[in-house]
Amino acid sequence: MAEQKKSARKLKDFSDGSARMRYTLMTVSIIGGFFFWYLITLIPTINTFLASPKQVLRALISESKAGGRYWKDISISLQRVLIGFGLAFVASIPVAFLMGWYPKVRNLIEPWIQFMRTIPPIALIPLVILAMGLGEPPKYTIIFIATFLVMVVTIYQGVKEVDKTLIKAAYTFGAKDRDLFIDIIIPASFPFILVGARLGMASALTTLIAAELTGTIFGLGARIQGAQQFMDTAIVLLGIITIGVIGFILDKILLFIEKNLTKWK
Amino acid sequence: MKKPLIIIKDVRKEFIVEKKPNVVALNGVNLEIEKNEFVCVVGPSGCGKTTLLNIIAGLETFDSGSVTMHGEDIIGPGPERGVIFQQYALFPWMTVRKNIEYGLKFITKADGSRYTKEEKRALAEHYIKMVNLTGFEDSYPKALSGGMKQRVAIARGYALNSEVLLMDEPFGALDAQTRAQLQEDLLRTWESEKKTIFFITHDVDEAVLLSSRVVIMSARPGQIKEIVPVDLPYPRTQATKMESEFIKIKNYIWDTVYKMYLEIPK
Repeated sequence: MAEQKKSARKLKDFSDGSARMRYTLMTVSIIGGFFFWYLITLIPTINTFLASPKQVLRALISESKAGGRYWKDISISLQRVLIGFGLAFVASIPVAFLMGWYPKVRNLIEPWIQFMRTIPPIALIPLVILAMGLGEPPKYTIIFIATFLVMVVTIYQGVKEVDKTLIKAAYTFGAKDRDLFIDIIIPASFPFILVGARLGMASALTTLIAAELTGTIFGLGARIQGAQQFMDTAIVLLGIITIGVIGFILDKILLFIEKNLTKWK
Repeated sequence: MKKPLIIIKDVRKEFIVEKKPNVVALNGVNLEIEKNEFVCVVGPSGCGKTTLLNIIAGLETFDSGSVTMHGEDIIGPGPERGVIFQQYALFPWMTVRKNIEYGLKFITKADGSRYTKEEKRALAEHYIKMVNLTGFEDSYPKALSGGMKQRVAIARGYALNSEVLLMDEPFGALDAQTRAQLQEDLLRTWESEKKTIFFITHDVDEAVLLSSRVVIMSARPGQIKEIVPVDLPYPRTQATKMESEFIKIKNYIWDTVYKMYLEIPK
């Protein structure tokens, strides 16, 4: 067979490309990004509000030394995220299943969920602080509200959209409603629970930082806020990057769990 | 004379459509199905054939008339009436083996006991072999082709030992070769382990090849227009399609169905 002519028209390729090409480009992108950051901070005007990579690295070293508060900020922020998220996760599953399973419960709860969903949880901060003071509970509460809503909506959609043919099939086997719930509804909505958890975790982080901008001394959000008052842009950037890295790691952990628990997908 | 296994008498079913007049899905449907008979139903879309299947399955209620099996009213779904769906309805989180074993947990054996783990496994093994899926026991449905998925569904229906298998266009989504093969497989299985099969299809060839009677339904309202006996001896194979008697029956049914199709306002 003769080889096709070189002049054959090349059509747009919509695949992700080879793994090697992907990793090469990712590395180029990261290194290039850092280099670009370094270059622009050479300009003094920009350097007044944007610390250079070197300054941020120096901040990281001094902050993470004994006596620095870096690890304490991270652990207190993480604690808030995990407690708020954890409580919301535990609460959202039964609520979502009740809504998916009982139309009456759905009709009673859904309008409120849809209404609350459009309100940024940050807007509730003043009320929550007035009600609960300045301790840890108001932070948990804000994160709880934000993540609970996201997770309930996602999981409930999953419960509602379970393939009706599967339900019919189970009924024809002789399954009772209880069997149907345990054997079919729960495993079928499992992927949605995991997707809900990932969305919830992302919104927990966003909300946390907002929540920490008021009424607390420790935490990554508070640290960023404090550093701003001293124009310490290295610390501000360090905080921002740290939040990004934490979010990335938490998402990867959840993604890993998802991959392993839903191999059948 | 022996009484038919399933008796459908004067069944009427309306669907309520909001802000529109009700749709009469079935009107005055009468049908008797003998034990171990293979009945096919053909008809244009909207003739209520799936509704009729769902009613026999107990998945749908009806407004008037009666549907009995062994002389007893059908009041809900049950394992004695297995259903095989066009969309396979395999549980994606269960392996092939688990899919076949799952329904067994609801079945009480003749002596009142339940299937043990070993018995379930042995049964699954037997039917996996029967549908030629040995080697795929631990695969998830996503790894199977459409034809293989439907074979799992058929194995599942057989493993549950239902008296009646209700099949709703089970081969409708498959390519022509796979379809031909599954038709033969189903014939072999049915010839070796007789069951009552109620089989919906829109493929007239398929209906004549498989069944001993073809029920022709008409639409708006859905009712039975004619029942055509297929007096071709079993065992049948794809070669049966060449016989003149086959072609005669097929052409007759095709004409009837096509005329009805032309009458439907489109």
